[in-house]
Amino acid sequence: MFHTAILIAILFIALAMLGFIYRAIIGPTIPDRVIALDALGINLVALTALISIVLDTNAFLDVILLIGILAFIGTVAFSKFLEKGEVIENDRDR
Amino acid sequence: MKTNDLILQTTTKVVVFIILLFAVYIFFAGHYTPGGGFVGGLLTSGAIVLLLLAFDLKTLQNFLPFNYIYMIAIGLLFSIGTGAGSLLFNVPFLTHAFTHIDLPILGDLSLHTATLFDLGVFLVVVGVTMTIIQTIGGDE
Repeated sequence: MFHTAILIAILFIALAMLGFIYRAIIGPTIPDRVIALDALGINLVALTALISIVLDTNAFLDVILLIGILAFIGTVAFSKFLEKGEVIENDRDR
Repeated sequence: MKTNDLILQTTTKVVVFIILLFAVYIFFAGHYTPGGGFVGGLLTSGAIVLLLLAFDLKTLQNFLPFNYIYMIAIGLLFSIGTGAGSLLFNVPFLTHAFTHIDLPILGDLSLHTATLFDLGVFLVVVGVTMTIIQTIGGDE
């Protein structure tokens, strides 16, 4: 019963990821694609958690935090590129 | 137009310490659970990259006055020194040793020389990543 519920949750997360992939491909503007990729990363966190429940292991718990951190840094980098045109500045007070 | 990064900078000041703590955890947990020097080094450089994104190269050079080229050299010295240290005890190159030590607060602690080798890997990974990013990112 529990196992079936987890499998159904995996199915729905995968469907949600398909929706975000659609938005990342179609998305008319670049920020649409960035938001879609960020949400894809967060859904990947959920998928990793559900799969580690199915496999009955806690070896993937570090991966969850890692994906969260990498999605945050990537999104910040991309939005700074969209906002200012450069990712790393030499001297921001200039 | 002058933009205001207050939310990003305040968030970075909190999040960087969490990422660094996670990197230290993943570095020391590498012996028994997934992790180790490579992932720990990449996470540490991820934290420094987040600082670079929120601030700039000059501020970070004042805040963390490291020369990352020297960091690569020190890391390689750590790894080679751990390997060559085994030659002093008449055993083959890169033979590791471990011991158990009872510390007052921490209790039974198993110290392994592979940690020193991993520390070398950690320093080299941080040094190489930050050298690449600073060389490409600094546009002058």
